[in-house]
Amino acid sequence: MDKPLILRGARRCSTKRFLTWLAPWAAMAVLGVLAIGLCLVKGLNQTNMDNRFAFGLWIFLDLAVIALGAGAFFTGFLLYILRRDELRAVINSAVVIGFICYSGAVLVLAVDVGQPLRAWFTFWHPNVHSMLTEVTFCITVYLTVLAIEYLPIVLRNRQLRKVPSFLVFEGELHKVMPVLAAVGTFLSFFHQGSLGGLYGVLQGRPFAFRDGFAIWPTTFFLFILSAIATGPAFVLLTTSIVSKVSGTRLVRHVVYELLAKVSGWLLIVYVGFKSVDTIVWLNQTAPRSGVNPSQFYAWQPFGSWVLVVEIVILGLVPALIFISPTRRRSLPWLVTASVLASLGVATNRLVMTIQTLALPTFKFEPFMTYWPSWQEVATFLFVIAYGVILYSLSFRYLRLFPQERELQKY
Amino acid sequence: MESAETTLARYGMVIDLDRCNGCGACATACAVENNVPPANTSATERTGLTWLRVQRVSNGRQFPQNRAVYIPISCQQCGEHTPCVSVCPQNAVDVNPETGVVSQVPARCLGCRYCMAACPFHARYFNWFDPKWPDGMEATLNPDVSIRMRGVVEKCNFCHGRWQAAKAKAAANGARDIDPADYVPACVDACPEKAITFGNLDDPRSDAARASKSANAFRFLEKLGTDPKVYYRSDRAWVRRLADADVTARESEASRG
Repeated sequence: MDKPLILRGARRCSTKRFLTWLAPWAAMAVLGVLAIGLCLVKGLNQTNMDNRFAFGLWIFLDLAVIALGAGAFFTGFLLYILRRDELRAVINSAVVIGFICYSGAVLVLAVDVGQPLRAWFTFWHPNVHSMLTEVTFCITVYLTVLAIEYLPIVLRNRQLRKVPSFLVFEGELHKVMPVLAAVGTFLSFFHQGSLGGLYGVLQGRPFAFRDGFAIWPTTFFLFILSAIATGPAFVLLTTSIVSKVSGTRLVRHVVYELLAKVSGWLLIVYVGFKSVDTIVWLNQTAPRSGVNPSQFYAWQPFGSWVLVVEIVILGLVPALIFISPTRRRSLPWLVTASVLASLGVATNRLVMTIQTLALPTFKFEPFMTYWPSWQEVATFLFVIAYGVILYSLSFRYLRLFPQERELQKY
Repeated sequence: MESAETTLARYGMVIDLDRCNGCGACATACAVENNVPPANTSATERTGLTWLRVQRVSNGRQFPQNRAVYIPISCQQCGEHTPCVSVCPQNAVDVNPETGVVSQVPARCLGCRYCMAACPFHARYFNWFDPKWPDGMEATLNPDVSIRMRGVVEKCNFCHGRWQAAKAKAAANGARDIDPADYVPACVDACPEKAITFGNLDDPRSDAARASKSANAFRFLEKLGTDPKVYYRSDRAWVRRLADADVTARESEASRG
């Protein structure tokens, strides 16, 4: 039915099968719309957040998807600035994933704030000392950049190409792509960092507070490093999942290997800096705030095992797999390492968001727990469903993997 | 340091924990003065609006050594690196240079709650519900304090409405500075034990300045470096030890008891 729209020369399932695939995701999205509606109309009392857990599942989601979405800017940086042409095979897919991650995060933020209609206030009377101001500015501009980067991919659709002015426009956009990639890289470095800075500057929260360089706490640099290290791994992971689900070879193995190599070495650097940062924080920064660092890990389930899992199992282990030339030849190893690395960055963001708020600051206060309400979970699932649906449509009708047609000949 | 018109002050308070009997009059007076709505029926102790909460803390020992202290906790009016001021993305948290009072501007608040995450004293409250007063109770609202809407953050501001009224009175009398007796927060007024002393901490003649420098005066979480302007005092050593943030010390003390 939709054959004229489908990518020329690409193998895609029947319309019926495609709709069947979309149906459960659409149902999930409908549930999410209901939950979002309840939160917007009735207020945030629909969530299980409270005065102590001012941030919850949604802020964790925002931080995690923005870190994973870093694959878009970093792949663009490697391709257009460092001229790693092999990555042209995944750049379109990376841009779509980045767009999904960032737009999903912005959508959830709009539900998460108490007065979404006042979002423009940040632009009208910004507090230039706030990391959140920087995050808001950069994410808004970068989402616009991602939308502009997405546009030529859409305009290259079989039917849209027939409009000559679209074709010309797409060609012009393509010429400025390196500029957009440079702008995207600049913006992304800052907001990824500022997301880490959000927590690192919290002088009143010794668990999150870090010393730093000039106005930037170490978490600023650690968030950049962890995002650029995990971004390529997430591009690898999504590409392999799409390849598996669609039953199609999408890229040459050498592309996976390059993504893995980049992720691996960056993860090594990240794990090194993170370890040094942890030692300095536990031995100098936290004690200076009058805190015995052992209390950070005295409350279950956040025992010191979290540090081991985050830094070693979900950091060092995938890094070692990625940098091993032998392991890199095996896709299952690469997928395993990508899953571990993605979980690693998510764990880091969970710890910074939830553990920071759960730990008592007063000596006489209890450790507090929080469990999201169904409305929070459904909103979370909405972003997942939205992502899957938008990606599925893009994969079906747009050229996300330029090597696909060529690889099908074999 | 003086401005062209008024003397700059640094208001603060000293709460004598040995006098506080936990009656809660301060918290009630605070809510009435500042138009804090009655708690929503679905609200919990973690979703309420308690600008001033009175916390009961035990020394952790068994009878007959068991002792308790009641600690009124409101915004500690940090003076240095004020955690909530620097983080707010849209300047909705303001420090009045004339008083040193940290105020929330609810009309500008986005409700992002970053300030709440930043505050180590958990003294900031989010309006999780629409504010509602039972029929007829609107008549008790204080006309000098604006009510807040759902979705914004609020907190203690040392009854800033009373400071403005005192300023207006001074201006009407042709005076440059306010009479200290005209600016007293509602909690201070209401305390039957006179446990709270309020005043300009920079004025050596004020009772609050003297009390803040007295022996056994202390501030909570002082090592965080936020320079709170709310002091506490107690002659009991175990109460003073509650001030630091070392949770592990609490456990060893409890086990000793």
